[in-house]
Amino acid sequence: MKVTMRINGTERGGDVEPRVLLVDFLRTNLLLTGTHVGCDTSGCGACTVLLDGEPVKSCTMLAVQVEGRDIKTVEGLLQGGALSPIQVGFHEEHGLQCGFCTPGMMMVGSALLERNPDPTDEQIRWAISGNLCRCTGYMNIVKAIKHAAKMNQEAAKAGSHAEAVPAGGGE
Amino acid sequence: MSSTAHLHGGIGDSIKRKEDGRFLRGKGNYIDDITLPGMLHMAILRSPHAHARIKSIDTAAAGAKPGVIAVVTGELMAQHKLAWMPTLSGDTQAVLATDKVRFQGQEVAAVIAETKYQAEDARDAIVVEYDILPAVISPDGAKATGAPLIRDEKEGQKDNHIYHWESGDKGTTQAAFAKAAKVVRLHTFYPRCHPAPMETCGCVADVNPGTGKATIYMTSQAPHAIRTVFALVTGLPEQNIRVVSPDLGGGFGNKVPVYPGYVVATAASLLIGRPVKWIEDRSENLISTGFARDYHMTGDLAVDKDGKMLALRVHLDSDNGAFFSDAQPSKFKAGLFHIVTGSYDIPTAHITADGYYTNKAPGGVAYRCSFRVTEASYLIERLVTNAAIELGIDQAEFRMKNFIQPEQMPYHSATGWVYDSGDYPKAMNVALEQLGYDEMRKDVEARRKKGEVTGIGIASFTEVVGAGHGADFDIIGLRMFDSAELRVHPTGKAMLRMGTKSQGQGHETTFAQIVAEELGIPAMDVAVEEGDTDTAPYGLGTYASRSTPVAGAATAMVSRKLRDKARKIASHLLEAAEEDLEWERGKFYVKGSPDRAKTIQEIAFAAYTNLPEGMEAGLEGVHYYDPPNMTYPFGTYAVMVDVDKGTGQVKVRRMVAVDDCGVRINPMVVEGQIHGGLAEGFAIAFMQLITFDDDGNCIGSNFIDYLLPTAWETPKFETGETVSPSPHHPLGAKGVGESPTVGSPAAYVNAVIDALSPYGITNIDMPVTSDKVWAALRSKGVTE
Ligand code: FES
Ligand code: FES
Repeated sequence: MKVTMRINGTERGGDVEPRVLLVDFLRTNLLLTGTHVGCDTSGCGACTVLLDGEPVKSCTMLAVQVEGRDIKTVEGLLQGGALSPIQVGFHEEHGLQCGFCTPGMMMVGSALLERNPDPTDEQIRWAISGNLCRCTGYMNIVKAIKHAAKMNQEAAKAGSHAEAVPAGGGE
Repeated sequence: MSSTAHLHGGIGDSIKRKEDGRFLRGKGNYIDDITLPGMLHMAILRSPHAHARIKSIDTAAAGAKPGVIAVVTGELMAQHKLAWMPTLSGDTQAVLATDKVRFQGQEVAAVIAETKYQAEDARDAIVVEYDILPAVISPDGAKATGAPLIRDEKEGQKDNHIYHWESGDKGTTQAAFAKAAKVVRLHTFYPRCHPAPMETCGCVADVNPGTGKATIYMTSQAPHAIRTVFALVTGLPEQNIRVVSPDLGGGFGNKVPVYPGYVVATAASLLIGRPVKWIEDRSENLISTGFARDYHMTGDLAVDKDGKMLALRVHLDSDNGAFFSDAQPSKFKAGLFHIVTGSYDIPTAHITADGYYTNKAPGGVAYRCSFRVTEASYLIERLVTNAAIELGIDQAEFRMKNFIQPEQMPYHSATGWVYDSGDYPKAMNVALEQLGYDEMRKDVEARRKKGEVTGIGIASFTEVVGAGHGADFDIIGLRMFDSAELRVHPTGKAMLRMGTKSQGQGHETTFAQIVAEELGIPAMDVAVEEGDTDTAPYGLGTYASRSTPVAGAATAMVSRKLRDKARKIASHLLEAAEEDLEWERGKFYVKGSPDRAKTIQEIAFAAYTNLPEGMEAGLEGVHYYDPPNMTYPFGTYAVMVDVDKGTGQVKVRRMVAVDDCGVRINPMVVEGQIHGGLAEGFAIAFMQLITFDDDGNCIGSNFIDYLLPTAWETPKFETGETVSPSPHHPLGAKGVGESPTVGSPAAYVNAVIDALSPYGITNIDMPVTSDKVWAALRSKGVTE
């Protein structure tokens, strides 16, 4: 089956069996291996991508369900070739160790900040509660997302809202 | 990319991690990200039964499926003498079952096909006929008269008993118990759990049909040892085997053993002549790869009338699963469990252990743990809290009274350990202060008066990490040294390679910092590589918190070797005698005239361009470090919990963790390790459980049944530190990755037991779930 979607701002397509999972399409067909598989049963969130701006578990969607829609993966987070605030936050606050959960965490974190530019610790913990991390104990992931929120706010104050920069170009 | 990138990055600097960049961009290189030209995919058929005789395997339908290249059975493996393989504990393990299946999830056959989907389709078309046998699911079951014999293929094996092991002194211990004013007993089960790193295990095996060279990309914490094991198992010459461990998505002990999937994929690649990828799914990971714990323990603590500990006696039954494949030093059948006297000056102790085969997955890995020290720490810390409660002494006071004192270091324990350093009273005082213990105790009393169920738990654990020394510690005979090779290039930039393998611990940063400190090359200029056995020096790998104690020491030593050579070159360049040169991080200068100096970068350049007469060119070296002793990190953890009487739900109100891991190389990384371990300790105490029904079906084969904590359940951690440098480590460092998983389960459970102690409840086995707490309260007549 032919399928076409917009991925990180670029039109991408392929020919897949109807049963092919979105995560497999991204990883195998498009070689976007930044999206990981930790369980393939919706239990870990390592495969989280944004579908029309909303976090979804790409192990629990078929590629064909995404026909004509918009996907953002970790490879699309860079802004003009530079790390985006959510990526800077994870680096500065030591929000990653093995890095396996990190793409999913950053996708959820960036979607949260779109909705809620100034989340509390509790709101962050709730937002990432569909994503497991075995390394960090979550303490620094919470700080990382707060760090990104602060960067966004400062950029907004300075008049150039970071999130106004269109995503893409990161592949 | 980082605000701290300009820092020199010596010891004690919390520089940001050098490895982050690729992970943040989604450009990590994990096992499943590797694709080779012509690569095939393997899927493994596993046993649905815990114990059954295989009557027949029919692969015809599977072989005819689209895309299928081969179907591999145990029979085929047997033709190549690969149906069985040796384990790390001197036993054997089936690669693909030929006679019987001995646990649910055991490997029975494998399909190799063009795509992953095709391999899985064909796997489901294999037909196996089984004769189901009764299953053994516990040591008690294994001992029972008439119990089915699990290892009937082993010559001379008459029952399900694997080993008996003892430590300490039976006679003096008995005598001490005879004089005791009080004996406190705790019987507790440390249940089976699983490390469950976010990335499962897998490999890409690539045997080149032209050269015969086998390159195996593999999720391995110990690639060099695995290469040797592979050479021994397959008979391939070791120089023709290259094991590459790429980025690992966590390990926690789960990625130490050799799994049948690696062997089958390699054999398949050899036979077919194309690369073969095998990636476990999560269920396969949870039901078949290295589990942890599963110890049934009984401890007796003898105390005199003044509350001084006199002796400790422990017996444990270990449930090892169908094959004895614990990854541990070969001398010690129960790992390092005999550290069980912990932080206390207990004059005598006696420990007995028996291991049993059961129809459960093999493994016995050190899950964020130094070979069973976690079980030991849990037992002694739970026993000490129970004893304090029973004696009516405050938990903290009872510990204080019995601690090994700092002036007793180096301390010779009753079971033969020589503790290198430590100040237990100090760590305890810092933790109590941070918690506000006296206030909190009053708070507990006040709340209890109002009918609330609340308590404080303490654990003052001692670890023993950083194996070897090599004379006592080996894995299948390989001495547990580790290594570092350092090459300084003409431009003054360096490449450091080690025999260890990071799984997220930040080695690319931490070990560069050691070079920065010792040789003065900024950390950003030191590339760190591990995991490729063709390029890295031989080492035993990363587990049991040994990387910093052993490979970190090797890195310091090789840096010092190079510094010695640099001094000679500097003396030539500066035309000054060697003994007239002073070293200051990054340069040599002539005593008394600091501007007559040569930087390490200038010296490196000269090492290739302008050498003293007769000196070998280059600035390179390698060091193999065999530690003189283990290191002994320790700490005190204090936890406050509130229990809901109506539902049995436990809420952790506070968690204070004071760790002493000696000198901290990168405090940010150390703190991150502690957070992670405290979360896993929480998980073990309250959530994670791999259990089995009476037929041996594994309950806990996915993340719905095997509960890992999310950010929502995980408590917030308050950390603190004391610093007792290791006297024998060149940097005074001790290792830290595991302390929080070793120390915290007892602290969490002690808090619950303290909360429930007014009702006479003295034990709840982990995981301490609401239903168990609820039932315990009901059994004591609490009905509210
Ligand atoms: S891989 Fe999709 S939720 Fe785990
Ligand atoms: S950083 Fe390893 S799982 Fe989150």
